[in-house]
Amino acid sequence: MKDLYEPYVTDDGRTIGGCLMEMKNITLKFGGVVAIKDISFDIREGEIRAIIGPNGAGKSSMLNVISGFYTPSEGEVWYKGSVRPMMKPYEVARQGVGRTFQNIALFEGMSVLDNVMTGRLTHMKASLWEQAIWWGKAEREEVHNREQVEKIIDFLEIQAIRKTPVGRLPYGLKKRVELARALAAEPSLLLLDEPMAGMNVEEKEDMSRFILDVNDEFGTTIALIEHDMGVVMDLSDRVVVMDYGKKIGDGTPDEVRGNQDVIDAYLGVPHA
Amino acid sequence: MELLNKIFIAPFVDMVAAPDFLMQVLWEGLVSGVLYSLIALGFVLIFRSSRIFNFAQGIMVVFAALTLVGLHEMGVPAWISVALTLAVMFGLAVSIERIVLRPLVGQPDIILFMATIGITLFLIGFGEIIFGGENKQMITSELGIPTGDFVLEPFGGLLILQHIDITAVLVAAALVVSLLLFLNKTRMGRAIRALGDDHQAALSVGISLQTIWVLVWFIAGIIALVTGIAWGSRAGVSFALEVIAYKALPVLMLGGLESITGAIIGGLMIGMLEKMFEIYWGAPLLGGNTESWFAYVLALVVLLFRPQGLFGEKIIERV
Ligand SMILES: Nc1ncnc2c1ncn2[C@@H]1O[C@H](COP(=O)(O)OP(=O)(O)OP(=O)(O)O)[C@@H](O)[C@H]1O
Ligand SMILES: [Mg+2]
Repeated sequence: MKDLYEPYVTDDGRTIGGCLMEMKNITLKFGGVVAIKDISFDIREGEIRAIIGPNGAGKSSMLNVISGFYTPSEGEVWYKGSVRPMMKPYEVARQGVGRTFQNIALFEGMSVLDNVMTGRLTHMKASLWEQAIWWGKAEREEVHNREQVEKIIDFLEIQAIRKTPVGRLPYGLKKRVELARALAAEPSLLLLDEPMAGMNVEEKEDMSRFILDVNDEFGTTIALIEHDMGVVMDLSDRVVVMDYGKKIGDGTPDEVRGNQDVIDAYLGVPHA
Repeated sequence: MELLNKIFIAPFVDMVAAPDFLMQVLWEGLVSGVLYSLIALGFVLIFRSSRIFNFAQGIMVVFAALTLVGLHEMGVPAWISVALTLAVMFGLAVSIERIVLRPLVGQPDIILFMATIGITLFLIGFGEIIFGGENKQMITSELGIPTGDFVLEPFGGLLILQHIDITAVLVAAALVVSLLLFLNKTRMGRAIRALGDDHQAALSVGISLQTIWVLVWFIAGIIALVTGIAWGSRAGVSFALEVIAYKALPVLMLGGLESITGAIIGGLMIGMLEKMFEIYWGAPLLGGNTESWFAYVLALVVLLFRPQGLFGEKIIERV
């Protein structure tokens, strides 16, 4: 058993850090529906962690707990070595947890550039007064923020649509803009809810490459939900498998693939 | 024949024959129009960031004006009264967010709307208890607002511009411009726009709902104070002032509940059109006093042809 707080090196030579976030015995109920049942798992620094499972398994709910959109009925969330008190989503975001949504949540009325700029809001510290007269800190911040945003726009290859209102973009590009906005905040932990859903093969390849590059170049820890098994096996260092709100598997892609419960869940073996 | 003439020909002949008078009419319409725009902008900001149709905007105008005048009556110097009134409006914004909005978050829109009716009733009662219900004089000259007028002579005619009106237009226009700059150039402004577009997304980039709500209600409070001073200077300060805020309704019907540009253009249009209608058609044909209803009828007629308002995107029904 690897020490949770010590880095280790994977079989293919990737260095994975110690624990960044730990979910301890999380349960989440909506009235009578138990969306998550006593699940524990951890996310290590620098890894790509996948959460998979059939429809309605509770994957998005789990992501929503991590990002503070849902408050768990029971259990604790540990982040960077200490237990996290009850927090609002915006407070979690300010702690360095960025995210995208299964159903894309963009500012449809704004341009791509403005959307990505909102990702920098948490990095703006100048006072209202300084901003009002465009002076000192405000100006330096704005310049720096623009540079960061342009860097990410280049990185995700969306220069050509910088000025386009987001509402007019096709689905695949919207997903990419949403990723750009999350990245602009320079998150320590990036949560992606089905970043490739509804994409064609070529778009999926692009998105996979971006996710790997983000992880590689920025060192961003990524937790992602994905249905495409091929993609999951290629991208992720470790996989959590959920079914009916329970954790039925946790390990490297190979370990998980050989797990009988996981195979059953995916083949639709009826539940006892 | 005579009627057709009075509707379709005579008014325009009058306009051309006395262009100076037409300018006077348009100017007076403009003065009302900027104030309508300003109030509509307050509505739009609150609606966009919280989906609340703020029924209390009208009473906030009265409350702000009453507070200002009331403080001055207690012997507080005029400009300090303004500062204190702003502080009161800020306190009101914070209280509304804490006591009303926060507990009701996630409730259906109609509940939140009802809550603003509750705020209205509370402010009426509260205002009366503290400042009394009788009509008061706005402290116009104490604030250093000039009360004379300019007389111009365009086309050899006569155009009278009241100093109060000029001040109202300039201050309101300055406020609109600073609001636009604020919304487009500052962090908080961007956050307000973002929240108006998508709540979830806004939360995910670290925007606090509560902070923004306090902010937009405070902006609505500032707007209430400015309109209260401008209108109170002409009509006195009483609960009747409330009705001018309701002129924002047809403005919003025209401009759309979510459009900032719509609010500004809609306000100016309604201000000028209702004045023109009153002078050239209403008074001669209908015995006058059309300004109280013209805007609503205009908005209804426009909505018959453009249900999305003048500036809204075309609504396509999903089937
Ligand atoms: N806000 C909510 N209110 C009530 N029930 C909810 C809510 N969010 C999720 N659920 C319920 O929780 C369960 C898990 O839903 P969740 O969206 O987490 O599944 P998922 O694994 O993401 O599924 P999918 O692959 O379809 O996205 C479902 O039964 C769902 O109906
Ligand atoms: Mg989901």
